[in-house]
Amino acid sequence: MAARTALTQKDFASDQDVRWCPGCGDYSILANIQRVMPELGVPRENFVFVSGIGCSSRFPYYMNTYGFHTIHGRAPAFATGIKCAQPELSVWVVTGDGDGLSIGGNHLLHTIRRNVDLQILLFNNRVYGLTKGQYSPTSRVGMRTKSTPDGSIDHPVDPIAFALGSGATFVARTVDVDAQHLQETLRRAHAHRGTAFIEILQNCPVYNDDEWIEVEDRKQRVEASLKLEDGKPLVYGPPGDIRGIRIEDGVPSVVELTDPQDPVSAGVAVHHDRHETPAYAFALASLRRTKFPIPIGVFRAVEKPTYEALLSGQVAAARAKRGEGDLESLLNSGDTWTVEA
Amino acid sequence: MSEKPNEELESIAIRFTGDSGDGIQLTGTKFTESTALAGNDLSTLPDFPAEIRAPAGTMAGVSGFQIHFSSQDIRTPSDHPDVLVSFNPAALRANLDDLRPGGMVIVNSDAFTTKSLARAGYTEDPLPSVSDRFQLVEIPLTKLNREALKDLKLSSRDAGRCKNFFALGLMYWLYNRPMDSTLRWLEEKFKGNMREANQRVLKAGHAFGETSELFPRSFVVPRAKIEPGRYRNITGNTALAWGIVAASQIMDRPVFLGAYPITPASDVLHEVSRYRHFGVKTFQAEDEISAASAAIGASFAGSLGVCTTSGPGFVLKQEALGLAVMAELPLVVVNIQRAGPSTGMPTKTEQADLLAALYGRNSESPVPVLAADTPGNCFDTILEAFRLAVRHMTPVVMLSDSYLANSAEPWPIPDVAGLGHERVTLRVEPEGFQPYARDDQTLARPWAVPGTPGLEHRIGGLSKQEGSGNVAYDPRNNERMHELRHAKVARIADEIPAIEVMGPDRGDLLVVGWGGTRGAIVSACEEARRDGLPVSNIHLRHLNPFPPDLGEVLSRFEKVLVAELNAGQLALLLRAEFLVDAQRLAKTEGQPFRIEEIRARVDALLEEN
Repeated sequence: MAARTALTQKDFASDQDVRWCPGCGDYSILANIQRVMPELGVPRENFVFVSGIGCSSRFPYYMNTYGFHTIHGRAPAFATGIKCAQPELSVWVVTGDGDGLSIGGNHLLHTIRRNVDLQILLFNNRVYGLTKGQYSPTSRVGMRTKSTPDGSIDHPVDPIAFALGSGATFVARTVDVDAQHLQETLRRAHAHRGTAFIEILQNCPVYNDDEWIEVEDRKQRVEASLKLEDGKPLVYGPPGDIRGIRIEDGVPSVVELTDPQDPVSAGVAVHHDRHETPAYAFALASLRRTKFPIPIGVFRAVEKPTYEALLSGQVAAARAKRGEGDLESLLNSGDTWTVEA
Repeated sequence: MSEKPNEELESIAIRFTGDSGDGIQLTGTKFTESTALAGNDLSTLPDFPAEIRAPAGTMAGVSGFQIHFSSQDIRTPSDHPDVLVSFNPAALRANLDDLRPGGMVIVNSDAFTTKSLARAGYTEDPLPSVSDRFQLVEIPLTKLNREALKDLKLSSRDAGRCKNFFALGLMYWLYNRPMDSTLRWLEEKFKGNMREANQRVLKAGHAFGETSELFPRSFVVPRAKIEPGRYRNITGNTALAWGIVAASQIMDRPVFLGAYPITPASDVLHEVSRYRHFGVKTFQAEDEISAASAAIGASFAGSLGVCTTSGPGFVLKQEALGLAVMAELPLVVVNIQRAGPSTGMPTKTEQADLLAALYGRNSESPVPVLAADTPGNCFDTILEAFRLAVRHMTPVVMLSDSYLANSAEPWPIPDVAGLGHERVTLRVEPEGFQPYARDDQTLARPWAVPGTPGLEHRIGGLSKQEGSGNVAYDPRNNERMHELRHAKVARIADEIPAIEVMGPDRGDLLVVGWGGTRGAIVSACEEARRDGLPVSNIHLRHLNPFPPDLGEVLSRFEKVLVAELNAGQLALLLRAEFLVDAQRLAKTEGQPFRIEEIRARVDALLEEN
């Protein structure tokens, strides 16, 4: 059999017209995922994209891989079944803030806690798009929408803190239009064994435009985002106004740096994503605008056995101990009796 | 051997009753095993409260187990027990009205204290009036049990826990049952003092029967004349669990069972989880929706996806079932029905989810619906459900019920070779592949599993273009796809065998039943025919589609009576489908039909003529 020629970005585009609104952040995410796919060393037929309901959940239709557009909020459960049935598949879940954290919050929690080897991409635009603009579980308090004409009175959930609280082994945040960072994050997520949870800050130009402009815009980003890089201090800001983040007793604060060359002496924390406890990652997840910059990068990456490997392991162990199951002996087990003719 | 004389009986029904902590279900199960080994035909009815331990001695905590055994062919646990064994006053009070007039009442007289009489709601000692109407046998069970154990250093609590085995030993003597299987079980199950204690009181109970003047004779129920072959005892839930394992072997596909704990379905999850060496994967999900979703995911990836649940859980799975209808993936959902609505009576039986199975989803969402009709038939029905699901690429609903789930009957062990082999064809050829191209005969679409090169495709809940499966909003295509999905399920009727009419094939009255009521309906109609009444009956296992000759069979009878444990759901369907004036015999007490209830209605309908 001849070796298959190397695939390119185009090989991962399906023949279906993409139907997101002009200017939607999803276009950039789609292009970057299609760009990364050929590099991952996985045969195309082994990729499965699974989604729930919402704008982001149309994603599988545009990928020339196996795909399953399921029901609202339940994509992690479908993906769990797929991965358990065929652990060699590379299974990606695409969800949104409404799909994943409102109707599907329970499945997201339990899938993360079980550490099923999936990549879960949560596109967070802080609004319901497909149902035309209601507030979502990540919307800010006071957000005025058709369903909240007097402003939302819901306290939002933070996707990163939610994932950490669920026991996630890999948690990252990236931005729809930051192609390089997005690709790098996808690569790392794919390399991780276990649930890799990525919050992708994504713009909805129709119902919540510029929600993330501070981290999307190259100029504002310098001031408003904090790049997390392993082994490097938590510093941000324009040249001449470099600041750092100190974390004491789990409480973060901003440090004005007099000597930008030596932030560590000023008490600025050095980023590590492999801490045994998630406490440090929680402290980072608590950073909010406008007092703090928004952390972008990998919050946490630790190793734990995966659910599907443990499940297959139990099957293998049972077979090793008891031999391959035999139906005849099962049906005849226990007390039986014979009625003679 | 007993010195006392024994008397031969054709059949006998015993009901063991006590507190839910008294080990009544265990006592009943052991008696059943021993009776099966003695070669009788049998049928059992466990009846227990939903509360794990209701306050001791109260009516709310009464647990019962009825066993009917015979030298003849029997199909029900019997309308009225001949013998009632009651461990306390509450158990007596809750069950006495069901006893056959003149039947035997065996009580633990030590439990009839002023305090426990009050707790059961008795204002005076009921035993004098019981002895006027029944054969009352008062046994100081607590004292006798303690006496038998006095030299073992057991706490009074541990000693007290053995008394059900004293009673069991006594019943073994009274009905000449072998003790060996129970002694063997105790040997395996217990260690040290508790093993010794249980074995000792079992034998002490037996010896008490033999020596006590309370029992002038024992009884013998000869072996039943049943079909030659190898038998075992089986409950509906065990048969179902084994059927799930068997399906994977016969179809040579791994099984994935997604389930969430719910009464009375949890036992199936427990049982299947023990068979990992068959390659079965079980997944205790975070909720009913996840269980169904994961099973569908596994089906998409080439496994036999299955869910076991009961009414409230079944309702939660309906949206996922609808997706499986749209995605045209094989899936089996078993609803072990229980009394509702809402939480209802979780440990009691009902057949009221028939319409939910057929019509409980949004829009037009046809699925095949099958119902098991005896405990052993749960095995055959789940195999049939898997075959249909895979052959026709469709979700299939199988209905069982709480009564079938927990009842036991002797089961002829199937010959594995005779179960056949169902070849499952996965699509591998990329040339000409279309996700929604259909097989001419079955209308099934191909099963194309992730991991297969060249077949990458997308499925989902949005309306599908015929053939390509692409998202489509074309009005005519949408209607065409509705028609195809209906036709696909309707064509299954071609595989359903002709209806077996029991009794004359035409005439005055046809009784129609479905599912777990088979035993009572068949028994009632047979009895009526023996008495010369012109009544026939049929019992349906295929609820969607119906057997192809159903309309024709119904038309051959003047009157049609539909007996079911709901307010008339099958009757509604028959009236709608066949314009037949079907009458209803409805029951929603949480209990199975009694033979006499069906018989009374048959008599009344025939008298009108």
